[in-house]
Amino acid sequence: MWEFLTEFPSLGRRDLADFKNTIDGAFREFSRAYGESLELFFSPLLKFLVWFEKLLLATPWPLIIAIIAALAWLGARSWKITAGSIGAFLLIGFMGMWEDTMATLAIISVATFLCILIGIPIGILMSRSDRMQALITPVLDVMQTIPSFVYLIPVVMLLGIGKVPGLLAVLIYAIPPIVRLTNLGIRLVDKDVLEAADAFGASPRQKLWGVQVPLALPNIFAGVNQTIMMALSMVVIASMIGVKGLGVPVLRAISNQYLALGLMNGLAIVALAIIFDRISQSYGKRLQAHRGQGHG
Amino acid sequence: MAKDMADAKEMTEPKIKIENLYKIFGSNPKKHLPKVQHGMSKDDLLDTHNHVLGVHNVSLDIMPRQIQVVMGLSGSGKSTLIRHINRLIEPTGGEIFIDGEDVLAMNADQLRDLRRHKMSMVFQKFGLLPHRSVRENVAYGLAVQGIDEVERNKRSAHWIDRVGLSGYEDHYPGQLSGGMQQRVGLARGLATDADILLMDEAFSALDPLIRYDMQSILLELQEELHKTIVFITHDLDEALRLGDNIAILRDGAMVQEGNAQQIVLNPADDYIRDFIKDINRGRVIQLHAIANAAALTSAPEDAPQLAGNTVLEDALPVMAEAADQTVKVTASDGRVVGAVSLTSAIQALHS
Repeated sequence: MWEFLTEFPSLGRRDLADFKNTIDGAFREFSRAYGESLELFFSPLLKFLVWFEKLLLATPWPLIIAIIAALAWLGARSWKITAGSIGAFLLIGFMGMWEDTMATLAIISVATFLCILIGIPIGILMSRSDRMQALITPVLDVMQTIPSFVYLIPVVMLLGIGKVPGLLAVLIYAIPPIVRLTNLGIRLVDKDVLEAADAFGASPRQKLWGVQVPLALPNIFAGVNQTIMMALSMVVIASMIGVKGLGVPVLRAISNQYLALGLMNGLAIVALAIIFDRISQSYGKRLQAHRGQGHG
Repeated sequence: MAKDMADAKEMTEPKIKIENLYKIFGSNPKKHLPKVQHGMSKDDLLDTHNHVLGVHNVSLDIMPRQIQVVMGLSGSGKSTLIRHINRLIEPTGGEIFIDGEDVLAMNADQLRDLRRHKMSMVFQKFGLLPHRSVRENVAYGLAVQGIDEVERNKRSAHWIDRVGLSGYEDHYPGQLSGGMQQRVGLARGLATDADILLMDEAFSALDPLIRYDMQSILLELQEELHKTIVFITHDLDEALRLGDNIAILRDGAMVQEGNAQQIVLNPADDYIRDFIKDINRGRVIQLHAIANAAALTSAPEDAPQLAGNTVLEDALPVMAEAADQTVKVTASDGRVVGAVSLTSAIQALHS
């Protein structure tokens, strides 16, 4: 009797092993059966990734810096941010990290682009119905909190090691903020404005694209910003499954205790993060600039 | 002449007909409707069933080309009532007809059509699109209708000019003062050329001087546009100034309906008596409302004649000057219909 209370009544060791083996076996079967077709499905993505990375590497470095500077200026309209971006990239190149930085830039850009492409529609869907929101929110919670290594296992089992599984890992981690903030932004749109749109006979589509999405843009942009930041923070983990870039030297530095190498590449990631953060944030702020303070 | 005849016929049919309208807010309004219809009060409904009675058996005929004011204190259900007319709120019971058409029978498409072409609305909190310029805001109803941009801008410019905002076309609402924002709201409401204009406490958020200005603009526009306007307000002065007809709501139910004269001279109950006690009666009561045909016989032949719609404030000096302190009152066709003495005028001011 006492034993029942001190020893948790758990599944027997053998049953537990069987349970795990069944799941592992089933998933192995699944990956054997569908792994190849999945790989085939993702192959255009892989081709695009490789092509984009090569393009970045083949482009003369002054041109890349000019493009970064132009983006910084268009996004932030600030000389400080533009000059800072140029300086950071010059320093990165000077310290011999140009190629890794380009590889990281490639996967981050593609990941962000895909997050926007997938995340905004999901966020819109979520804002349309409370049931949808109740359904998707826990999924997002899991995606954000589950240790990345855990979902790396099935991804690697299915697709092996390489750019695509790395990209998927980044997507899983980085997509929740843009979904959440799109949903939130649309839900926060002023009810009075929506009522006015209704009163003038706007259709649901006219309301969505003419009122809700434009008014949610600042929030959606905060989501894009967060997504970029989270994608960057996955660089090192992604490099564990074969994504080239600034994460690889960091990994090497960890296993060999190379302090300087680790710091240099780590700081390069930080520099990228700060540049993109400032550019996307000030762009988001400029989106609401003309809204003024509002009266009454 | 034929047009006048047609107009005259049109004048007799209500533009908007509201019949036995009920609105109950809560988890299961339909279930509690019969209890309210059998006389349960608003407070009892809230206490025993936790449902709020928003509109309580309101029937109202709104005639075309008139300004119908719906007045009441906050919580009286007036803003709820006006939202039933374009079905921004679904009623729990009752019927609504616009030009004889049953609004509640309309499907989503018909309802959208109704909102796009037949009526427009002006809001207390303006409800402007903050990301669009004044020009685009005024043209919003037209854009929703699918009218092309050139035509939209043309009509938008016309109405921006009419409300006195020329030069501000490219400003954003956030850059304008409250009064200017509501001019944009009014222009947006007028731009679709809808017959019916719903105005929900449209001027309540503005300070008194600007409110008076906006009332003047509205009256001036109405003189040529002859729209059917439903105007919600909690301000009696505003109601008396604007309303051709005034309905007073209390706890969701209609307490009294009539023109300004009838309400001021014959308040239905203490609630309304309380409402009207501070107004300047001299500026509201018109001679025809107190003209007396019997007094005409004793009035001197040469007594001055005044039009029936002269307010007492303007009539009193004439009476004081007149022989026997009596004036004759004429109808709009010039016929003498009665007489008013200074004594009866002073009585009307004080009762």
